[in-house]
Amino acid sequence: MQFPLEFGLDTFGDVTHDANDHPLSHAQTIRNVVEQGVLADQVGVDFIGIGEHHTDDFPMPAADVVLAAIAARTSRIRVGSAVTVLSSDDPVRVFQRYSTLNAISNGRAEVILGRGSSIDSFPLFGYDLADYEDLFEEKVNLFAELRKGGPVTWHGKTRAPLSSQDVVPHTEFGAFPAWIGVGGSPQSVVRAAHYGFGLMLAIIGGSPARFIPFSRLFQQALDRFGQPPLPVGVHSPGHVAETDEKAREDFWPRYLQVITHVAETRGFAIPTKESFMNEVGPRGALYVGSPETVAQKIAANLTALGASRFDLKYGMGGLSHEALMRNIELYGTQVVPRVRALLA
Amino acid sequence: MIARIAIDAGFQVTISASDSPEKIALITEVMTPGAKPRWARDAVKDADIVVLAMPLHRFATFDPAVVRGKIVIDAMNYWPPADGVQEMFQDRHYSTSEIVQRRLARSTVVKTLNHIGYHDLEDARRPAGSPERRAIGVASDDSGAAQVVDDVIDRIGYDTVRLGGLSAGRLLEPGGPVFGALLRRSAFDMAIRAKAA
Repeated sequence: MQFPLEFGLDTFGDVTHDANDHPLSHAQTIRNVVEQGVLADQVGVDFIGIGEHHTDDFPMPAADVVLAAIAARTSRIRVGSAVTVLSSDDPVRVFQRYSTLNAISNGRAEVILGRGSSIDSFPLFGYDLADYEDLFEEKVNLFAELRKGGPVTWHGKTRAPLSSQDVVPHTEFGAFPAWIGVGGSPQSVVRAAHYGFGLMLAIIGGSPARFIPFSRLFQQALDRFGQPPLPVGVHSPGHVAETDEKAREDFWPRYLQVITHVAETRGFAIPTKESFMNEVGPRGALYVGSPETVAQKIAANLTALGASRFDLKYGMGGLSHEALMRNIELYGTQVVPRVRALLA
Repeated sequence: MIARIAIDAGFQVTISASDSPEKIALITEVMTPGAKPRWARDAVKDADIVVLAMPLHRFATFDPAVVRGKIVIDAMNYWPPADGVQEMFQDRHYSTSEIVQRRLARSTVVKTLNHIGYHDLEDARRPAGSPERRAIGVASDDSGAAQVVDDVIDRIGYDTVRLGGLSAGRLLEPGGPVFGALLRRSAFDMAIRAKAA
């Protein structure tokens, strides 16, 4: 394997419920995410990622602020976005915020850039969804320039031009790691290779094996553009508990509820127990089960996809903070060491 | 994905995008080995069937002359929450494929392949007669064209369920009874009939 194995955890700030199954406040949810990040550090997880969302059930629009709090209480774990919706943000501000996070954390910041599959930020900030491909292309281009460091000269349609502009704060140890999160667009795979970003595959439904061509496309595109080798990562949802049965019992009703809600707004089919069991099985995208079950599945898919990084999207709206903390503990103390052993 | 499974089924496939054939060559080589990248006009020249799968906001500027005289599979969906509001498709008296057909007046539109998730499309294929085989809906105002498309889908690995005219195509749209559901033929029939009744 060309890159060292890395294991992360991602959250979207999914609202958790208390013992009476009532949702916690947004404020408490955010404070709990900080605790979750600190625990992830303690149990040896390599990365904690926070995904930008703007809704009542995912009150997480300012991931960098939360990451800064985690960074201030930890010394080892890497901290990053998962993802930053770059299409509806200003690349200069994104660079400044994550460069600041990089300073606070002594060089532990990362950015995963997304085009935005969760699209609430577009109307919120006055962007037209019909433009999202063009917005992303142009903004990734500018972000790539900024990330190199040094004065930037740039002009485009989506923001004011820059002329030999020094953008601060300067990074201390060179460019911080950046990835592009890809859910299904081969153009985004080529774009990641073109700009020299890592490829983070967001596999949230269906067979992970169908992403093998994306991984291959990335390698060929890196060759074509004369880029050095760059890592491939996998982001997938799941839940780890003591046993397969407990993990499924915890997760299924919450998953059904959350996806049913998403289905209403997006026109998806509502999951059935059968479709859920397919997703949990070896040909599905969910990592729900005991540490052994989840570790086996991670090891198999990292190998199949030629990936060196796995980020588990933990939590699902309605689960308790305590269940999430247990998930994090099991992931760090049992799943990760087991995957490392399986792949050694 | 449609190109991949069509190649698997033994069809000759050309692909075109808004970018030049050179720019999409790398993607087609790796993702759809065997498919030839072409400009749209060249791609459709010798084609019996043209599959349209573009974001619907791009359709307003698509030149109908490119597909004149062709059978056109409309695999597109209108999702305002994901694509933004498109004026052209806001008239809910018509299915989106009726609106596509009206604009492509010289082509024969068949609505299909839109209601199955692209990640399911490859995995769920089964040979004819398999008890596991799933169904895909087909709607067109032209039964001859629908028959041609039925045969293609059967060769790819799915049963078909004929829905009558394009107006019935709305049963295949997001929010409809079969969208994303991946059903066997009998369950598909039942879901459609329950909704249509």
